[in-house]
Amino acid sequence: MKLLPCGDRAVLLDCASLDEASSWFAALSDLDPVLGAQTVLVRGNTAELRAAIATRQPTPSTLATEADEIVIPVSYDGPDLAEVAAVTELSEDEVIAAHTGTTWTVGFGGFAPGFAYLIGGDPRLHVPRRATPRPDVRAGSVGLAGAFSGIYPRSSPGGWQLIGHTDMALFDVDRKPPAVLQPGMRVRFEVQP
Amino acid sequence: MSLTVVSPGMLTLIQDAGRPGFGSSGVGRSGAFDRAALRQANLLVGNPASTPALELLGGGMHIRTTREHVLAITGAVGAALVDGHPVEHGRPFVVFADQNITLGTFAVGLRAYVAVGGGLLVDETLGSSSTDTLSGLGPEPVPAGAKLRCGLPAGPPLDGTDVPALIGSGSTSVDIVLGPRDDWFTETALAALSASAWTVTPTSNRIGLRLEGPHLERARDGELPSEPCVFGSVQVTSSGLPVILGPDHPVTGGYPVIAVVADRHLDRLAQVRPGEILRFRRG
Repeated sequence: MKLLPCGDRAVLLDCASLDEASSWFAALSDLDPVLGAQTVLVRGNTAELRAAIATRQPTPSTLATEADEIVIPVSYDGPDLAEVAAVTELSEDEVIAAHTGTTWTVGFGGFAPGFAYLIGGDPRLHVPRRATPRPDVRAGSVGLAGAFSGIYPRSSPGGWQLIGHTDMALFDVDRKPPAVLQPGMRVRFEVQP
Repeated sequence: MSLTVVSPGMLTLIQDAGRPGFGSSGVGRSGAFDRAALRQANLLVGNPASTPALELLGGGMHIRTTREHVLAITGAVGAALVDGHPVEHGRPFVVFADQNITLGTFAVGLRAYVAVGGGLLVDETLGSSSTDTLSGLGPEPVPAGAKLRCGLPAGPPLDGTDVPALIGSGSTSVDIVLGPRDDWFTETALAALSASAWTVTPTSNRIGLRLEGPHLERARDGELPSEPCVFGSVQVTSSGLPVILGPDHPVTGGYPVIAVVADRHLDRLAQVRPGEILRFRRG
């Protein structure tokens, strides 16, 4: 891990992988950290932050627990399902089976309130983003991009390949924390009956 | 108990100190762009420093009063009139029921803050009344006809302490700290960053200030995995032009951040007008 400057009120921990970054994220949980794909940001007095970080060890075990698995029901009726099937050379049913067949892990968030990049899915589902982003993706849309899956918490522009949608609310300002999906949680998708 | 907004001008938002602490839920801090001006306006009318107040972009607002209030205007400077009589910038003033407060187009600066004694009473979302223009959290921009509820003054207005007015020169300098991704850029790009007179473009807003100037050349190819960024981060987009992130910036970004504006100069970014010049000074 390398400590990089991020102005005079924050430092950025630059890690070799999401695993390492997640471990630092857990080790610094009392400092209100923000997790990126391979980085962790902590805000505050930079000298104090550097001193605090020097006394910590990354803690791999504390993020994910079995109890933190969440099941998300999905209607697999997305406008890009056929396109994803074509790109991956699977049938639509096989795409659905691949998406529901493995347990995903919440990597990091940040694109929008409640949005999370889910990792660790079936490698056959790696697809590029759409060449042209949609100006308006409906709330609850379940998408794929690169190695990630994700759910749009509210309607917004977006370039992910949409394979379905869920009615589950993923962001609620009256909830603590407001985002349902927090780094390290396990996510399983289920076909909405 | 209210102020009636006859006309909100170009864009009027409610802002306080923002909602820190929700980054891992994808929620940015938001809050007043010119934090010092918000603080000053509130202190002038006897409020706690981070009480919700109006943030006006560009000016051109008209408010009607329904009762007596103490108000103060800080930040950007324009003609401020109560029933046609000028009031001073950066000093508390009293208005009575059925008076008209008008603010002209700002001559200096871009964002003014109007605080009212007792504060604006606005529902909180995640502990803040600020409008986050990116995520849509917080109240809608103040519409024409809005009735702003106000609290009862907590303390007497602060008098005899004038807030110095902004001085407009058309050119603003801000100190920067290089990194975290300065190593993604060539020496020529790093030199150009601090040597250039950057023009702030009209597409700038609370999410970011878009700059026009020389294209900053990368020293490496590839994409940066998304990483958290801060208010003041100078991102360089794939076009090679910098964007300085404002208070409503996304929590993470995928463009390398060449430098970050020093905390003490963030407020200056709120007041740079489109077409004006911005310079970076390496600390």
